[in-house]
Amino acid sequence: MDWTALSLSMQLAAWTVAILLPVSVLMGRFLAYRQFRGKGLVEALVMLPLVLPPTVFGFYLLVAFGRNSPVGDLWQSLFGSQLVFSFEGLVVASVIFNLPFAIQPAQRGFEAIPAEVREAAACCGMNSLTSLWKVELPLAWPGVMTALVLTFAHTLGEFGIVLMVGGSIPGETKTIAIAIYDRVQGFDDRGAAIMSAVLVAISLFTIALTYWLSARMGRRVS
Amino acid sequence: MALNVMVRSAAPIPLDVAFEVQPGELLALVGHSGSGKTTLLRSIAGLWRPQTGRIAVNGAAWLDTAAGIDLPTHRRRVGIVFQNYALFPHMSAVQNVMAAMDAPDRRAAEQTLDLVNLHGLADRKPAQLSGGQQQRVAVARALARKPHALLLDEPFSAVDRATREKLYSEIIDLRRHLAMPVVLVTHDMNEAQLLADRMVVLENGRVVREGTTADVMADPEALRAMGIREVAAMLPAVIVEHGDDGLTRLNGPTGPLFLPEIDGAPGTRLRVRIMAHEVILARARPEGLSAQNIISGTITRIMPGTGPGVMVHIDVAGHEILARITRRATEQMALTRGDTVHAILKSMSVARDHVARTPEPAGKVS
Repeated sequence: MDWTALSLSMQLAAWTVAILLPVSVLMGRFLAYRQFRGKGLVEALVMLPLVLPPTVFGFYLLVAFGRNSPVGDLWQSLFGSQLVFSFEGLVVASVIFNLPFAIQPAQRGFEAIPAEVREAAACCGMNSLTSLWKVELPLAWPGVMTALVLTFAHTLGEFGIVLMVGGSIPGETKTIAIAIYDRVQGFDDRGAAIMSAVLVAISLFTIALTYWLSARMGRRVS
Repeated sequence: MALNVMVRSAAPIPLDVAFEVQPGELLALVGHSGSGKTTLLRSIAGLWRPQTGRIAVNGAAWLDTAAGIDLPTHRRRVGIVFQNYALFPHMSAVQNVMAAMDAPDRRAAEQTLDLVNLHGLADRKPAQLSGGQQQRVAVARALARKPHALLLDEPFSAVDRATREKLYSEIIDLRRHLAMPVVLVTHDMNEAQLLADRMVVLENGRVVREGTTADVMADPEALRAMGIREVAAMLPAVIVEHGDDGLTRLNGPTGPLFLPEIDGAPGTRLRVRIMAHEVILARARPEGLSAQNIISGTITRIMPGTGPGVMVHIDVAGHEILARITRRATEQMALTRGDTVHAILKSMSVARDHVARTPEPAGKVS
């Protein structure tokens, strides 16, 4: 059992969820309510990581983050380290790759709120932020929660993009999914089996947690 | 604290409307669907922005396109009751009311719920309340905002007839507490006539007629927009007694009226809506008739219509009733202005929800 890899995966998932929480709420809400030119394009772009092969996506990120690229240079000048083959690089890649999982369910959650209910909040004297906090989030919560759990679970299991952008540096970019692959390559079937089982257990737990939470929220709302 | 509204827009629907509502006054915006009445109400609340317009309460502008003023909805002190109430489903009744308060106070919120006859239901969620109860919560929430204008968007359309009757009389009672201008949007002429002091009749985004309910009802131009079958007059009456046979005896302007089972204690002042097409006219006072109500009066006007019908205006002791009869009948009876006639009305032709208590003006808080 590679505890370092598991811990790294958990950290990566936690950071991804933490960064994507406000993105999920704000972008989901924005796309749910606003009609604007090019909305379809924005929605398609958000969904793109869902259909692109992770290796393809990873390749482009590698090019975009690498040395002599604007993003890579900027990162280097700001933090003095390179973005590729680092934990920070993994977090950035993971955030981008999880956009569809973070935004889509939240958007559906906000879309389910009747327009009149939002208008009633404004007529009660609530500004946009108060309305979000007191009315919209309590109603859209199952969607946002689903988004976060999906993001978490998906980050734990991501393989291709992590390998492309991060390599397999123990303690830095070697996540549990990559560790499993390494064990299989090294004919350590027992190690791979244990780690796979742990990943299955964690995934099952998180999915069960979302269902339980959203059922509870659903009862609260209706 | 009068509400002044002037709104003009070419798209998405053409709109060119101006009106004023006095404090404590209830103005009904009536018209068919698509006439622009709901859009107008939404523009007062700031939920829809017209191309040009000025909306002001007590001189303070909420919208003034010429001066570049357009307050967002949450900064307009407006109470609104939506057609489907739009209660916050995750909050209890009392929390819904508190959500509209500047300083949320549970006791004050409960008092507001009491005002709309919702005792002991404060902790129920909207889903656990009936349609009529939800409407009352919505009214309480709108009032809790301490609005400078109260807007009611078809607030009775989602409940059954029996509940509607009850809600009508509650709104009439509530009006004693309402010192602000009230705007009611409705397509139901009965509702408008029972509840409103004045009416604005809209057609295709324009005002066809504006005036007191009685004036509007007597205007053929307005009637065309509303539909001739909606024409009715309002007659004041006082409850005398409830008979054992299920009929309530009322005292009308020219004598007794018998109507089926009206709610209210003897002495209650009512307004009875008498549909013009339900009235039969006779030259001599008829006898041996099943109809229970014969109201005598003098013809003041005979207005020909475009079809086979005419509208006969009859003065009954200073009040007016309308009778829609055929031109053929007027000719046969040789009816002219100044003639005495007897208007015959079946008790059963007055629906229970066509009778309502006389609204008392605001300020008389009991």
